Amino acid sequence: MARSLDFKALILSLGLLAVLVFAWYQATLPQATPAASANPEYTALMGGNSVAKSGMPTPAEFARTFRRQLAHPFYDHGPNDKGIGIELGYSLARVLAGFTLAALFAIPLGFVLGMSPLMQRAFNPYIQLLKPISPLAWMPLALYTIKDASASAIFVIFICSLWPMLSNTARGVATVKRDWLNVAKTLEMSVWRTALRVILPAAAPTILIGMRISMGIAWLVIVAAEMLVGGTGIGYFVWNEWNNLSLTNVLFAVLMIGLVGLLLDLIFGGLSRLVAYED
Amino acid sequence: MSSDFLTVEGLSRTFPARRGEAPPAVFDDIYFSIGKGEVVCIIGHSGCGKSTILNILAGLDQPSAGVVIMDGREVVGPSLDRGVVFQGHALLPWLSVRKNIEFAVRSRWPNWSGAILDSHCQRFVDLVGLNGSEHKNPSALSGGMKQRVGIARAFSIQPKMLLLDEPFGALDALTRGTIQDELLKICAVTGQTVFMITHDVDEAILLSDRIILMTNGPRARIAEIVINTLPRNRARSDMHKNPQYYRIRNHLVDFLVSRSRDLALAPARDSDPRHPPQVRPGEANDEPPADSLPAKKQPALQLA
Ligand SMILES: Nc1ncnc2c1ncn2[C@@H]1O[C@H](COP(=O)(O)OP(=O)(O)O)[C@@H](O)[C@H]1O
Ligand SMILES: [Mg+2]
Repeated sequence: MARSLDFKALILSLGLLAVLVFAWYQATLPQATPAASANPEYTALMGGNSVAKSGMPTPAEFARTFRRQLAHPFYDHGPNDKGIGIELGYSLARVLAGFTLAALFAIPLGFVLGMSPLMQRAFNPYIQLLKPISPLAWMPLALYTIKDASASAIFVIFICSLWPMLSNTARGVATVKRDWLNVAKTLEMSVWRTALRVILPAAAPTILIGMRISMGIAWLVIVAAEMLVGGTGIGYFVWNEWNNLSLTNVLFAVLMIGLVGLLLDLIFGGLSRLVAYED
Repeated sequence: MSSDFLTVEGLSRTFPARRGEAPPAVFDDIYFSIGKGEVVCIIGHSGCGKSTILNILAGLDQPSAGVVIMDGREVVGPSLDRGVVFQGHALLPWLSVRKNIEFAVRSRWPNWSGAILDSHCQRFVDLVGLNGSEHKNPSALSGGMKQRVGIARAFSIQPKMLLLDEPFGALDALTRGTIQDELLKICAVTGQTVFMITHDVDEAILLSDRIILMTNGPRARIAEIVINTLPRNRARSDMHKNPQYYRIRNHLVDFLVSRSRDLALAPARDSDPRHPPQVRPGEANDEPPADSLPAKKQPALQLA
């Protein structure tokens, strides 16, 4: 039953892909415009071809770019010409750095907030105020204080990864079953051991939801941040190719951003399954 | 009776007001004691504060007034000397049966490892008849099996005293009987001191040496303490053959049905909370066996 449902879904997905590619193909067909033949001067001006070419690549052109880019993902021909692998690598490194810093900060702090209603109340106004700020709004301040483009991008990732991990950790820790804490108490476990052996595993699924959301947001934000700071990274690559008017490369980069995002989400999905428990 | 292993003196608990006026005390002026090796049950309607008393004995809750003294020392917090079997079994769901028990054993004997740890844990897995299931996670167990793990966990740290909060309430009759027998066996072998909450009259008679009866809350009190005069080697299978059984049972049922409420409204005049009356309904109006031919028939109980 489920098997056949999966199979049907797969067929439908492939059908959808075929329709999309066909629509794309139709929309980017080189067309002999009557206007062009009516005005030879204009045609000559536009390059002399008798067919007007859309800026959008055709599926075939895209496939060629796709193959070419993936054949050499790690080439490096100077600052404005690097393989997609290198650019993605830069972006991933920034995301991982910012995300890891945020996790190292947010998870212990979340533990404190979750375990202490006093701290929770004291911190709450600041968290509520800071949370809705677009992480990119911090960029000028970061650039001014840190004075380094790449580090500023990492800082922006840090800020945007912070909130989901912080609030989820605090909530996960605060909602650990009272019974489980009582078990730890009757066994005279130290606060430290209770935190590691009872609260951490109990709250882990909630914490991982926060990490997964943070990672998703970080991957969204890195593209915009790199467009702003420039230099390297997939966001810069997109911006650079837009300036080169190479929509083929832009399209290719967009697809890669999606694929990497999907992969990151799958990784966190797998981690979630590792710490899941059934109560 | 060596009633001084655990002493409860003047215990009272008032929860803070939610909003508006403060609620009355849940219970007030509770005095009782438990001797070493004694099994004491507490019976009363729900809401009279049984779990609260047990939590205070465990050190998980603090009384508003009064003290609990165990083994000569005041109870001020939880301790490995008092093992608790929680009402909702409270197993850690991410640990297997075996690991749940090991978790407790490691807390009790942090230096143990390897063979000692293994054999000790296995002994308690076997004790509650869970060998074969030790590597399952709690979610894969039935309610009865989970409760047995909770019991094994509490027993495994070999506490001086066991506190059980309606430990068999959620079990089917068959499983309940099996575990009750196990508990009886353990108590007989180890001389374990037990304080237990139950709402099952038969369970109280089977397991306990004395049964504390609480009036209805709020401001619940101890109405009386029933001494179980059935011989200690009683068994589920033949307990009902003793005529005392019906007298005690009727006394308890009668208390739960009507007296617990009446006594809450109008306490007995001569009641002294420090010395709640100790009654022996099993030995009350012992008719000469000659004129009570139908021994099976429940004797009508009339306490003067
Ligand atoms: N943490 C708490 N806060 C406020 N009231 C409580 C709390 N715990 C128990 N109570 C109240 O105390 C009374 C006794 O509860 P409990 O000890 O659980 O009774 P029992 O176990 O006899 O059914 C109940 O009326 C309950 O509402
Ligand atoms: Mg209760």
